[in-house]
Amino acid sequence: MEDSITFEQALKELEAAVQALEAGDLPLEEALKQFERGMRLAELADRQLSQAELRVRQLLADPAGGLKAEPFDAWEGDNAQ
Amino acid sequence: MNILTVSQLTAHIKDLLDSDDLLQAVWLAGEVSNFKRAVPSGHCYFTLKDSGASIACALWNSLAAKLPRLPVDGEQVLAFGYVSVYEPQGRYQFYPQYIEPAGVGRLYAELEALKARLAAEGLFDQARKRPLPPLPRRIGVVTSPQAAALRDILRTLAVRYPLVEVILSPTAVQGADAPPQIVAALERLYRWSNTVEPLDLIIVARGGGAIEELWAFNDEQVARAIAASPVPVVSGVGHETDFTLADFAADVRAATPTAAAALATPHRDDLAQQVRDLAGRLQAAMRRRLAADRLALEQARRSLKRASPQSTLARQRQRVDDLSQAAARQMRHALALRRARLEGLVARLRALDPQAVLARGYAIVRVLPAGAILTAARQVQPGDRLSIQVADGQVQSVVLETEP
Repeated sequence: MEDSITFEQALKELEAAVQALEAGDLPLEEALKQFERGMRLAELADRQLSQAELRVRQLLADPAGGLKAEPFDAWEGDNAQ
Repeated sequence: MNILTVSQLTAHIKDLLDSDDLLQAVWLAGEVSNFKRAVPSGHCYFTLKDSGASIACALWNSLAAKLPRLPVDGEQVLAFGYVSVYEPQGRYQFYPQYIEPAGVGRLYAELEALKARLAAEGLFDQARKRPLPPLPRRIGVVTSPQAAALRDILRTLAVRYPLVEVILSPTAVQGADAPPQIVAALERLYRWSNTVEPLDLIIVARGGGAIEELWAFNDEQVARAIAASPVPVVSGVGHETDFTLADFAADVRAATPTAAAALATPHRDDLAQQVRDLAGRLQAAMRRRLAADRLALEQARRSLKRASPQSTLARQRQRVDDLSQAAARQMRHALALRRARLEGLVARLRALDPQAVLARGYAIVRVLPAGAILTAARQVQPGDRLSIQVADGQVQSVVLETEP
């Protein structure tokens, strides 16, 4: 499956699959497709929740008046401890 | 000649002062000197003076105990009280009821005036407040990169919802330079959000401190910049009891930086539960569906028994049993269904269905030589050859005539 899919999108599509299946009027083949896709979305969403790591960037103005976002070590202070 | 005693004269002077409206409710500004607190009474005695005059002051212990802190020599204060006479020494004195540092009163008065002005403009209206997005993808944070407030926010986000991405816009959060820096930090985020990567919300934060240290968040330009944000703003400035103009201008006010981060994000444990609930509903719906299909197969089997020759019936029954067992397996292992097995099931179900229909007297007509299924009269011309499939074989035929 598209691993680049966002958690929000995965959750939305999972909800849609549940609703489609619960409505009960899908042809069998389509119902199985929705079921499989829903289960994979649930696994994906769960994996995203458990494996995600917070990303932090720092926004700085460059001399030319533009903006750039540079990686920011959020836990720098903690490592020293 | 009317001769008075000293006591009578002093009492008369005291009456004069005590009946003067101005002297009975005075706001008095001056510098404190000779501050002493008597032991054991706890009453305080000092002088208030300015460049041209001085006045003795007596602050009773009961009132002194209510002050946040006692004045000190050399301090400019603003005191509220009354003037009366201390008869034993024939001395008029000021009796403060309340004393505060001179600057603070003015500062708060100005703040209240500014707050009223911005409120009258509608800057703090409830109708302006926007709801926070339930699942933010990117959060802007305006605070000092060195301060504990940032660590509190990042730690809270990392625990609750690490899927979010943080764009830190650094600024000083106290000192004379802080207000323009905060405004600039906000505007950098607005620009970033509008032109590079959209932000879902912004947290403006500063940890707790003395009220003077939070004062940058009472700046008019800061309040206006927050109110002008293109995305919802959560403020988390100081402690529970601190309210700044930034809080009033924000869409949501949180008590602390940590609380701001918590208000801005869902907790991943709640989301994981939501995902589990949805997966459970999905499996339950699939189980119901397969059970219903199994019932339908059972009915088809019964009608086949009535309509088909024995040899076909035995074959169909075998297939139905296979399918029923497959369906039962799917129900038991709904979680572990694999695509290949599911597609096999689909194919077999599909193959079964037309056969059952043919057995009831329907037919499938194909146009030769291509074999396309005939669904409309206009597909054929007189003379075209047709193949008609019935339950037990084929019938070859020719089109005589078509009617639309």
